[in-house]
Amino acid sequence: MIPELGHFALILALVLSLVQAVVPLVGAHRNSSALMAVGRPAAQGQFFFILFSYVCLTWAFIQSDFSVQLAATNSHSATPLMYKITGVWGNHEGSLLLWAMSLSLWTVAVTVFSRHLPDAFLARVLGVLGLVSAGFISFTLVTSNPFDRLLPAVAEGRDLNPLLQDPGMIIHPPLLYMGYVGFSVAFAFAIAALLSGRLDAAWARWSRPWTTIAWVFLTAGIAVGSGWAYYELGWGGWWFWDPVENASFMPWLLGTALMHSLAVTEKRGAFRSWTVLLAIGAFSLSLLGTFLVRSGVITSVHAFATDPKRGLYILALLVIVIGFSLLLYAMRANKLMGGGSFGLVSRETSLLANNVLLTVASASVLLGTLYPLFLDALGLGKISVGPPYFEAVFVPLMTPVVVLMMFGPFLRWKDDDLLAEVRRVAPAFVASVAIGVGGAWAVDHLTWRTALGLSLAAWVVLASLQLLARRLGERAGASAGSRLRSITASWWGMWLAHFGIGIFIIGVTMVGSLDRHLDVKMKEGQHAELAGYTFVFRGAVDADGPNYDAARGNIELLRDGRSLDMLTPEKRVYLAQGMPMTEASLDIGLFRDVYVSLGEQLEDGAWIVSLYYKPFISWIWAGCVLMGLGGVFAAADRRYRRLAARDAAAAVDGRAGAAA
Amino acid sequence: MKAKFLVPLLLFFGLAGFLAFGLTLNPREVPSPLIDKPAPNFRLARLDQPEQTFTLEDMRGQVWLLNVWASWCVACRQEHPLLVRMAEQKLVPVVGLAYKEVRGDGAISTRGMSLEAETAMAVERGRRWLADHGNPYVVSVMDIDGRVGIDFGVYGVPETFLIDREGRIRYKHIGPITPESLQTQIMPKVEELRRAG
Amino acid sequence: MPADPKRSRSILSSLRRTLGVGVLAVLMASPLHAATADAGPATVPAGIATASDPGVAPAVAADPRLEADMMELSHKLRCLVCQNQSIAESNAPLAVDLRNQVREQLAAGKDKDDVIDYLVERYGDFVLYEPPFNAATGLLWVGPFALLLAGAGWLAWRLRRRRGEIAADGALSAADRERARALLAGGGDAASNPASPESRK
Repeated sequence: MIPELGHFALILALVLSLVQAVVPLVGAHRNSSALMAVGRPAAQGQFFFILFSYVCLTWAFIQSDFSVQLAATNSHSATPLMYKITGVWGNHEGSLLLWAMSLSLWTVAVTVFSRHLPDAFLARVLGVLGLVSAGFISFTLVTSNPFDRLLPAVAEGRDLNPLLQDPGMIIHPPLLYMGYVGFSVAFAFAIAALLSGRLDAAWARWSRPWTTIAWVFLTAGIAVGSGWAYYELGWGGWWFWDPVENASFMPWLLGTALMHSLAVTEKRGAFRSWTVLLAIGAFSLSLLGTFLVRSGVITSVHAFATDPKRGLYILALLVIVIGFSLLLYAMRANKLMGGGSFGLVSRETSLLANNVLLTVASASVLLGTLYPLFLDALGLGKISVGPPYFEAVFVPLMTPVVVLMMFGPFLRWKDDDLLAEVRRVAPAFVASVAIGVGGAWAVDHLTWRTALGLSLAAWVVLASLQLLARRLGERAGASAGSRLRSITASWWGMWLAHFGIGIFIIGVTMVGSLDRHLDVKMKEGQHAELAGYTFVFRGAVDADGPNYDAARGNIELLRDGRSLDMLTPEKRVYLAQGMPMTEASLDIGLFRDVYVSLGEQLEDGAWIVSLYYKPFISWIWAGCVLMGLGGVFAAADRRYRRLAARDAAAAVDGRAGAAA
Repeated sequence: MKAKFLVPLLLFFGLAGFLAFGLTLNPREVPSPLIDKPAPNFRLARLDQPEQTFTLEDMRGQVWLLNVWASWCVACRQEHPLLVRMAEQKLVPVVGLAYKEVRGDGAISTRGMSLEAETAMAVERGRRWLADHGNPYVVSVMDIDGRVGIDFGVYGVPETFLIDREGRIRYKHIGPITPESLQTQIMPKVEELRRAG
Repeated sequence: MPADPKRSRSILSSLRRTLGVGVLAVLMASPLHAATADAGPATVPAGIATASDPGVAPAVAADPRLEADMMELSHKLRCLVCQNQSIAESNAPLAVDLRNQVREQLAAGKDKDDVIDYLVERYGDFVLYEPPFNAATGLLWVGPFALLLAGAGWLAWRLRRRRGEIAADGALSAADRERARALLAGGGDAASNPASPESRK
């Protein structure tokens, strides 16, 4: 009964999404405030029914109702409660429902936080979001109904894929989807602006916090996913350039470009057509990612079980949404020319250049991801494009981004003197190269990649410090406290995010150059050495869990004869699928992780143990945290609230004027 | 509307066209680079008489199929009746390559097992399977360690190679043979090769 | 006094270590024992015996150097039966077989290109995660850099044209001025506010 209620609620949500799509758009077109006002309650009602539907599905998982097909294939009565709940999105149908729910949640957030927007604009935004919602809910209902019954019911479920039974997987998908789907808001703002012909600085200012928050979610989602891969796959890899990873990375790159472009559009009124195109592009890449994951056109570790009908439906959705948007863009873009003037050397130019670079980087990832498909379609054979390609291409593309990223903030808006600024940052630049090369030599890994990575990281850190010093020195004579207070949250956001990239680069470079690995056969009492650490095997014990059997090794970690930690890697066999899994054990440190995973047991009683030493790997995620934090600071800037209040007053005036 | 603003739309339509075409392709099927190249030579023990060996040369002058199979291979059961029928009708001689008969079976651990013991086990299992399901092969040979499989670029079982009179691989069928694939792909090619030489 | 090569090398290495700690300490103000650990001899804790001792766990690989080479190469080779994994990452039977092949051939003294050729002959370019440069993959390899050049060219053209435009209509037209006034009155542009903290000019 409850699954049927969920199914019915989802149908109601579809109906409401159609109402939300059509009525406000018609209202905006006819300038009817009664019709426009329908958008808000329709969006909120839609959210309520999707949430209800989602809760019903979760209920089937919690209750182990194996007459529901999805629960039978993705849950098990012995699965811990947490993984019964998260099992809902560990599959195609449930994750699609999560997708739709995220979209609906964003829409509700727009209705709550955008009271200051003009009615017609908000109506168009809600209409566009409603259209996308309708597309995805109908996709769910038509091709991927999560409430399908399995009659007769099976006695026991097949359980959630053990790889997904992990704390990282509890938060990774919701974060990632909130990020992916969050770009729909910037997209809807852009389409609403194109429809109304109103694309000015105010539009950019309204879009900015939404874009930034979506970007923060996406950053966090990608980082958590990468962290999960790092400790769950048992050998310490953290990024694989898999098509599905690329599918989240492409919108991230373009979303990053969009954030910066919006800044220029807001401040200077320039790049408007470019900004609109980026807003459409970022969301289009999110949709494309959804297609790649669910259509089966590309083999990936993360792809869901696929069937061509789904692929076709989602491709049709893609063509309608993106095709219509780009057509609208083509029709309206020539009205978007102009904007504030700026000189050849200016903040605008540096941002535009970084935009171009980020777009090229994103396009290159797209090219690499889809190239095997292109060749296959043209009958030119099958190839694979993997990490060696992406690393070869990506490093040269991102190097100028990082260099420019730290130079741009030194430039003034409109116009600046190139020579003077170059002279100002030259010492830091030269010092960075020296530190990079010297550092690479010092850690005994003098390759061009290590030297480049350390140089870039040093450049980010030194230029950040110089930028901060300059900013603090701006108001000569003021007290230190008032100088600090004069710096806005959004400036801190920019500074932190850029600084985070420096930290990230240090992590990537060091772990890429200096990690160590050793596989040993260990019996109780035996020890092994790696990178100055001693590992003593203290035996293995049984450690069965609720839905798996496991052996747990006890490995003491010592340094200089001092005991640091007891590592407890496990080798599990999940009962329902008979699937073996390794649970690595980590000693996490600020400057290195020591990572141990347990292999199989040999006939003589020894265990195969893999030992890893991963210098600076935490810095990768620390960098991501700083980037995300920067985004939070930027979105929380008081300016948005102050100006929103002014917009709201203007909107009230406008309404009063219209009523009079 | 300026033409240059249509560029993103046109690029997107091009991309969508490829994606649509991509839906009709199977990304997991990898064509063999060995087509029209001499088949890798091998000398392997026969399943029926393990003391005797069999080589590629033994089939010279005939157009024949090399069918990669194993008793643990589930998909092989699907195509096997068809192979048996082909043998009854004497359509084309089929040589079986019993691929990693013992160590390929996930249910058996071969750690510590000697090669002799493994071979004996493979003989026993292979013969029993052919006795149960019918033996369509003119001869079956044992690729105990999968080395010959690698030479032929085998990446899954079953796979079937069509080899011509000169010992060149002319066609590779990946996955179980179906009546359609036999009729529309394999047999026409066999006829063509027979006519050719 | 003739320089003793051994001595000068050891000076160099201690200089390197000092510098290692020094330079990186500037960069991240950290005790760098971990990163430079390999420069010095591993410290064996008291009470634990040395190499040939039964107390030392034997390495799985007979030849760790060979194993490292094998793994490095394996990371670039695709496991054909897996969902996009390298043969280094996968434990599928075929991946294990291919790793053994790679190990054997490297041990026999073949170089990496020989091993790659061996696999490509049998499985095609599909096994390579780094596609070779040829007519079919030309666009793949050149594409990103062509895009970069195109982007840079477009940027230069845009900026130059823009400068031309600005020079041409130095004076605002009446319509422009009207629009600007409307915009200011409508209250859009934060940047037009000179008190805005981010605009420094």
